[in-house]
Amino acid sequence: MEILLFGIAKDIVGSAQMDLSELKSRPSSVGELKDFLCDSFPEFGRLSSLAVAVNSEYAEDAAVLEVGDEIAIIPPVSGG
Amino acid sequence: MEKPIIEIVDIIDTSLVYGELSHAGSGGICVFVGAVREFTNKEEVVSLEFETYAKMAIKEMKKIAAEASDKWELNKIVIRHAIGVKSVQEPVVVVGASSAHRNDCFEACRFLIDTLKERVPIWKKEIFKNKSVWVSAHP
Repeated sequence: MEILLFGIAKDIVGSAQMDLSELKSRPSSVGELKDFLCDSFPEFGRLSSLAVAVNSEYAEDAAVLEVGDEIAIIPPVSGG
Repeated sequence: MEKPIIEIVDIIDTSLVYGELSHAGSGGICVFVGAVREFTNKEEVVSLEFETYAKMAIKEMKKIAAEASDKWELNKIVIRHAIGVKSVQEPVVVVGASSAHRNDCFEACRFLIDTLKERVPIWKKEIFKNKSVWVSAHP
């Protein structure tokens, strides 16, 4: 399970991608992934917002993560 | 409405947008250009650095264009954002719309930029002389 990281999320983790395949209990939903991130990197909990995109669409916390999904961490956006 | 022009580019050429929005049925064209400002909270900005999740950003910009064309009577829409390092006064975003009468394109133009700023996955880092900050990252 590969996770794409952008903006400050990339700085927090120190990489543009994160591989969760090795984890004993992989997060099975967007909400679990957010919990995992905030537990592993407390700095995520201090952001103004934290969203997850599944297959390049914003996803609700209840959304289930399937093998092969393209998953991206979306920290607060600031375009324009 | 014609197919909207939606792009992420390295450099914005602001001279293109009039031709792109010009349309025989449009009596009004409204354009917003966002540019790099010299100061943030009295601190001098050296440059801005933009990055994006391009695949998703294009999708979100297409949705925003579709929402705008549902809300207002529009003939053409442009949404174009730059990525990379931008210096003071450089354009970083251009949005615009054309319509038969001015009210539709004025309101749509504001909606396009406001919604882009809320939803499109683009991130901006402000580079100051001694530090850099991801804009809006923290409350």
